[in-house]
Amino acid sequence: MDAIDATLPPPVNYLNAQHGIKSWLLTRDHKRIALLYLFGITFFFVLGGIFAALIRLELLTPAGDLMEAETYNKMFTLHGVIMIFFFLIPSIPATLGNFLVPIMIGAKDLAFPRINLLSWYIYMVGGLFTIAVIVLGGVDTGWTFYTPYSTAASNTHVVLTGLGVFITGFSSILTGLNFIVTIHRMRAPGMTWFRLPLFIWSHYATALIMVLGTPVIAITVLLVAAERVLHLGLFDPKLGGDPVLFQHLFWFYSHPAVYIMILPAMGVISELVAAFSRKAIFGYNFVAFASLAIALIGFLVWGHHMFVSSQSVYAGLVFSFLSFLVAIPSAVKVFNWTATMYKGSISFQAPIMYVFGFMGLFLVGGLTGLFLASVGLDVHVHDTYFVVAHFHYIMVGGAIMGFQGGLHYWWPKIFGRKYPEGWAKLAALVIFVGFNLTFFPQFLLGYLGMPRRYYAYPPEFQVLNIMSTAGASVLAIGYLIPAIYFAWSLKYGELAEANPWGAKGLEWTIPSPPPTYNFEETPVITEPPYNYTPEFVASVTAASRPEVELG
Amino acid sequence: MFNNFPLFPREASSVAGQVDALYFLLLAISGFFAVTISLTIVAFAVKYRRRHALEVGAKIHGSTALEILWSAVPLAIVMGIFVWSSVIFIRISRPPRDAMDIYVVGKQWMWKIQHPDGRREINELHVPVGQPVRLTLASEDVIHDFFVPAFRVKADVVPGRFTTLWFEATKPGRYHFFCAQYCGTEHSGMIGWVDAMTPEDFQAWLAGGAGESLASSGEKLFQELSCNSCHRPDSQGRGPVLDGIYGRPVALEGGGQVIADDSYIRESIVDPQARTVAGYQPIMPTYQGLVTEEGLLQLVAYIKSLGTTGQPTPTPGAPTATDTPHPTPK
Ligand code: HEM
Ligand SMILES: [Cu+2]
Ligand SMILES: [Cu+2]
Repeated sequence: MDAIDATLPPPVNYLNAQHGIKSWLLTRDHKRIALLYLFGITFFFVLGGIFAALIRLELLTPAGDLMEAETYNKMFTLHGVIMIFFFLIPSIPATLGNFLVPIMIGAKDLAFPRINLLSWYIYMVGGLFTIAVIVLGGVDTGWTFYTPYSTAASNTHVVLTGLGVFITGFSSILTGLNFIVTIHRMRAPGMTWFRLPLFIWSHYATALIMVLGTPVIAITVLLVAAERVLHLGLFDPKLGGDPVLFQHLFWFYSHPAVYIMILPAMGVISELVAAFSRKAIFGYNFVAFASLAIALIGFLVWGHHMFVSSQSVYAGLVFSFLSFLVAIPSAVKVFNWTATMYKGSISFQAPIMYVFGFMGLFLVGGLTGLFLASVGLDVHVHDTYFVVAHFHYIMVGGAIMGFQGGLHYWWPKIFGRKYPEGWAKLAALVIFVGFNLTFFPQFLLGYLGMPRRYYAYPPEFQVLNIMSTAGASVLAIGYLIPAIYFAWSLKYGELAEANPWGAKGLEWTIPSPPPTYNFEETPVITEPPYNYTPEFVASVTAASRPEVELG
Repeated sequence: MFNNFPLFPREASSVAGQVDALYFLLLAISGFFAVTISLTIVAFAVKYRRRHALEVGAKIHGSTALEILWSAVPLAIVMGIFVWSSVIFIRISRPPRDAMDIYVVGKQWMWKIQHPDGRREINELHVPVGQPVRLTLASEDVIHDFFVPAFRVKADVVPGRFTTLWFEATKPGRYHFFCAQYCGTEHSGMIGWVDAMTPEDFQAWLAGGAGESLASSGEKLFQELSCNSCHRPDSQGRGPVLDGIYGRPVALEGGGQVIADDSYIRESIVDPQARTVAGYQPIMPTYQGLVTEEGLLQLVAYIKSLGTTGQPTPTPGAPTATDTPHPTPK
């Protein structure tokens, strides 16, 4: 290619500014740290995925034949622990969030670049504990660590696993703090709160939960370790403790934690819907405040995981009521995204396919949340495959679809290369189909009464389980395709312009990949977000593709 | 495999139909919203697809009226669902007064069931149809959960306390019950069958293997553990007289009172100092670890059986046990 082509990336960018492994391991650049995290979470996603595959294989037949019951229990525990604590919680915030939060507000970096790097190391140390657990023989408590099973009965590596979760929690807290301070203090001139992209609002809400909630889970797993090792009577009734107390502490964090997983994805969706409709988000303020409302109300509904735990009837009713309330802001977001498309200019490029996928799956996940919030109905479906299906629709169908949409959208910015569009669309379709085939049958299984965490099951559940396992193989292919073309694109992908989508947002005003300090000079913001005008589109299209005919 | 391929669970209890009705309503509402929103998205995507490279969307920023509308309408709908599901939940949570008692102990990894007149079974539960049954659930070790899909009910079985679950079977038949709370290696093996029988068959079944009644097993334990050295019927002992206390209020040292229900009796045995009866010294030793959960249930049954014979300080109009069927967690 021609060396003076205007579309070439600037000779020096954050990727090639420095070389060598040391330059990565000691970097303070938020963009490089984002890539370190991307490496970490990809590793754990593959690991968690392998466990998932083994679970689905075992469930192909009613009898337990592939592995021992105890091994199976370790599989689903490790799958859950890894996917929740080492993949989903850091996924969007630590990668796309790390990369984009400073750029989107016009800053050179996060407020505390060293702490940002530290958070990655903490995350990796926590991850090493988890890998040690796998090497040493696993853990079988379920990711929920219910007492007194975890403190008195299990003879697996509960303490080590707990320490891993404890440690990695600090990386979440540090990331959250960093985001909060950055968003408060480092916005460029003119970047008022209501000119922030919605991605920032949702990360702000996420950061609040990380900072307020994570200490509770950290303390809770420490208490489990304390009871296990020192026999303090906290949760085990034989020692004078209360097992249900554990559940309150656990879900006080772990319900809000589900919003740590979905809010950032909602932020991604807002950006993508606006960009591919070339239109301002409908009801910006409502979408922004919905994030905060979710973060706050989300702290008040933990008891909906405990409707049959022997919690009082009144508590059950109150938590049911609050759970219905928390559904409203999510619904408001969906309505606003839909309305944004009204009279938009919608282009069908790869990222929006993931947005459509997200919408379909998140709708099902959110609506089935209403089934579970209905306390009289939850008595039946609690702890069955219905719940498993529900949270996979939200967390895989919602959070991961959103993450992938974001990856496809910002990939050219992050790496300065494009991936093959056709393959990306195909992958979105394969994932959507595979996902539904895997998890829809689980709603039926759950209502039929198949409990979760079952290694063997009565034969009448087999057909639906076979469908689910078949779907899982399709899904696996769906995830494999992007892995291949993304890797391919790093070397062979077409070079990306600064603004390949013709999108608004500060990140598209700087080169792809961006230079180390993002902006040559601090931008001054003079307009609201998503301010699409024909002149703007003409200017970016002309700049990036001189050959395109205007008019 | 394909000849036994249900897609919907059987409805075999008095609440199953109500739960299913709510389920179908939710399916209808969810289906409506899912389809409407999806179709709207598809329609917008097609109608407003980009027609030339420089096109932008219309300048629309929102509408407060619409926001209020699409917050208020869903809110109204979910509040309706909330009320309905709460009504069902309250029904599921409150056993009727005439419920028949059966005692269930879960342990890793089996269910032991005792009928009041002494018949015992393992991983099988025989019940009559048309008669409310109240299960009192106890666990020897970790948390389990007693779940009968065909009846649409479940309850956690929590160590250190009694929990209850009630249902009224409506159709004779055999129905799965499952342990629904993960409890270790053989969690998925902790399953069994509910055998719902006509009342006549049930009576015949009960008569077939009746052993010693629970109350008389409890009485034996009461003597073996020397409870009777302090709790004597003649009110000369160092502990309160137990005759007739079941279901009655008990005045506590330091003020307040408590209804002597299953949970209170259980607590008084394993953790006597938690609440001391007014006028007595906190001298009773704990029996924690000395009595199994089954033993505790037998002792409760024994004390309950004294209720009708003893002459306690009668409190006219005092609520009976069925008014407070919910063991209050401490
Ligand atoms: C529309 C809003 C939602 C409502 C009303 C709702 C309701 C519920 C309820 C009541 C349960 C407990 C069910 C049971 O254990 O019996 C539950 C479980 C769960 N939900 Fe949601 N949910 C909603 C959205 C979400 C979102 C956004 C996420 C995640 C991003 C999520 C993730 C989960 C997870 C992980 C569990 C199961 C945890 C476990 O037992 O392992 N939910 N949901
Ligand atoms: Cu929750
Ligand atoms: Cu179990």
